Amino acid sequence: MSQDADDTATLVSAAAERAVELAVLGGRHGRRQFIESVGAATAGAALASVFPMAAARALAQDRPGPLEKRDLKIGFIPITCATPIIMAEPMGFYKKQGLNAQVLKASSWAMIRDISINGETDATHMLSPMPLAISLGVGSQSVPYVMPALENVNGQAITLHVKHKGVKSAAEMKGFKFGVPFDYSMHNFLLRYVLAEAGVDPDRDVQIRAVPPPEMVANLRAGNLDGYLAPDPFNQRAVFEEVGFIYMLSKDIWPGHPCCAFAAKREFAEKMPNTFKAILFAILDATQYARDRSHRKEIAAAIAPRNFLNQPVEVLEQVLTGVFPDGLGTTRNVPDRIDFDPFPYQSMAIWILTQMKRWGYLKADVNYRKIAEEVFLAAGCREAMRALGQKAPDSSVVKHSFALGKTRVFDPDRAEDYLKSFAISRT
Amino acid sequence: MRRDRLRVIAVSALLGLAALLVWQAFAGGQPAGRGVPGPLAVAATAGHMLANPFYNNGPNDKGIGLQLAASLARLGVGWTVASVVAIMGGVALGLSPTLYRAVNPYVQVLKPVSPLAWMPLFLYTIKDSSQSAILVIFMSSLWPTLANTAFGVATIRRDYLNVAAILQLSWWRRLVTVILPAAAPAIVAGLRISIGSAWVAIVAAEMLIGGTGIGYFVWNEWNNLALTSVIFAILAIGLIGVLLDAGLSRLSRRLAYTE
Repeated sequence: MSQDADDTATLVSAAAERAVELAVLGGRHGRRQFIESVGAATAGAALASVFPMAAARALAQDRPGPLEKRDLKIGFIPITCATPIIMAEPMGFYKKQGLNAQVLKASSWAMIRDISINGETDATHMLSPMPLAISLGVGSQSVPYVMPALENVNGQAITLHVKHKGVKSAAEMKGFKFGVPFDYSMHNFLLRYVLAEAGVDPDRDVQIRAVPPPEMVANLRAGNLDGYLAPDPFNQRAVFEEVGFIYMLSKDIWPGHPCCAFAAKREFAEKMPNTFKAILFAILDATQYARDRSHRKEIAAAIAPRNFLNQPVEVLEQVLTGVFPDGLGTTRNVPDRIDFDPFPYQSMAIWILTQMKRWGYLKADVNYRKIAEEVFLAAGCREAMRALGQKAPDSSVVKHSFALGKTRVFDPDRAEDYLKSFAISRT
Repeated sequence: MRRDRLRVIAVSALLGLAALLVWQAFAGGQPAGRGVPGPLAVAATAGHMLANPFYNNGPNDKGIGLQLAASLARLGVGWTVASVVAIMGGVALGLSPTLYRAVNPYVQVLKPVSPLAWMPLFLYTIKDSSQSAILVIFMSSLWPTLANTAFGVATIRRDYLNVAAILQLSWWRRLVTVILPAAAPAIVAGLRISIGSAWVAIVAAEMLIGGTGIGYFVWNEWNNLALTSVIFAILAIGLIGVLLDAGLSRLSRRLAYTE
């Protein structure tokens, strides 16, 4: 039986490949030319490595074609990480691309995931590990996602309850109860990283639980949590409420680390490539605007109302300008406390996948590079940024430097060795 | 009779006033902006919200009136459908002791499950958050009506059924003219319990799904630690609960009979 089955499988996959080639290269003629110029094996490999084909093709064009859909719903969690996605509505960035987009507030990351998978939202704010995890079917049903842009880099912090003001190092945090926004979050992976580097086993010596960001301050006040690694404004809000202090900014763990992202189902990107591209343009445009520090106060005022973040403007200004009281009596001035850089380096995805592996979320052996390329659309982002006249990096895979830890440099070409270098790990 | 009533009203008013004073004293003892807000602060918020209850500033910011209306609409659909299903099921169970005893173990297992526990399953299967919330209401209002209807039908006086049999009424006429009227007080008691537990569940369900509704409103204000709004919403939820119960209580008085 197996011979027949194999033959059928080969036929089906060949047909699928042909369809993809046709879609990307524009017909048989284009295909022949392409194969002649690079050789059949390379052509196959090249296609196999870049599969959000229609999306890739749309992103490669300078100007979005006619919009397939104008009225859009875009999900978000009320945190400053989502600044470009949110501000694009009140400040007219979606409208500029001809889109009538409404941003919809969701109560937790599990809801963001479910309403996006269900199609109640067209595109969505996500934590950068989420599209990877959902595409892999880890902690979710398996649905292919694409992530063409990051929202922010940095901008998170470890906040501890005021009763722990004496704590000077992570080694003193044994027995703590921590909150993180979601299992598949940079927050979880960075907190685990910091604890493990200090010899604290994040699974055995402390308790880490998923708490929706908006509920964190209330839980900290109630003494339900000793601390959290969370998105802002909830670190600064804890200081504002005098229940917590900022122990460490996330930029002092991994300067320039990715955090939140803009993502959509691959199906949406492929069925509505022009709309997908128009949203991406709007978000890149907004991100660029948010990058300029002189705009930060204006942005804080735009996203503070009840319809969006529902927070005091004062707190948002402290977060976005980086001039803030830390809860220990000092006013700090850290201009890159949060920054907005959309470029989704695939090496960031590879780091995230090593950590999913490290802590046992990802059990199977996977090809890091392939998954990173499928989900983090670095090339598409680059094209779009350049089409908008923005500067974009040439390389999609780079080495990343950490500010603390034993192995300070992450080399994506040696991800397996990096993973093996950790003393505390579940692999 | 009249004097009794007056006395009750007076005692009730005094208790309320005392509670407000204790609350104000407790809240006033803490620095402004910290701790629990007092009744005066809540009243100010209430005044502000009630001045314009139906404003609509987009999907994440609507007036308290619109939020309550959204919750009541969900409640109406979920509870009505659940009531129809529960009454039909209850009649079937009440008429057949064998069926009743066969189904009872399953009902006993499902009854104590918090309706919210169904939420993830509904979201996964029906792929719509708003319909999932309505189904949560459905689950929470199903069991009390089902159990009460079955009990009410099972305890109808045999004489009534015998007379119906002698008159050779069709099963439909037997249902409409004998069984349902005879079991009506028990059924309405079940409906009252159901609508109460559904109203409790909708707030929690809306806190999970977000979007619109009084539960979402509470959650959104909690994010901002705006406790005056949360307390105001609690009072509004309680008041609506009383009105819903009073409506069904009127219905039950009209359907009551003596044997």
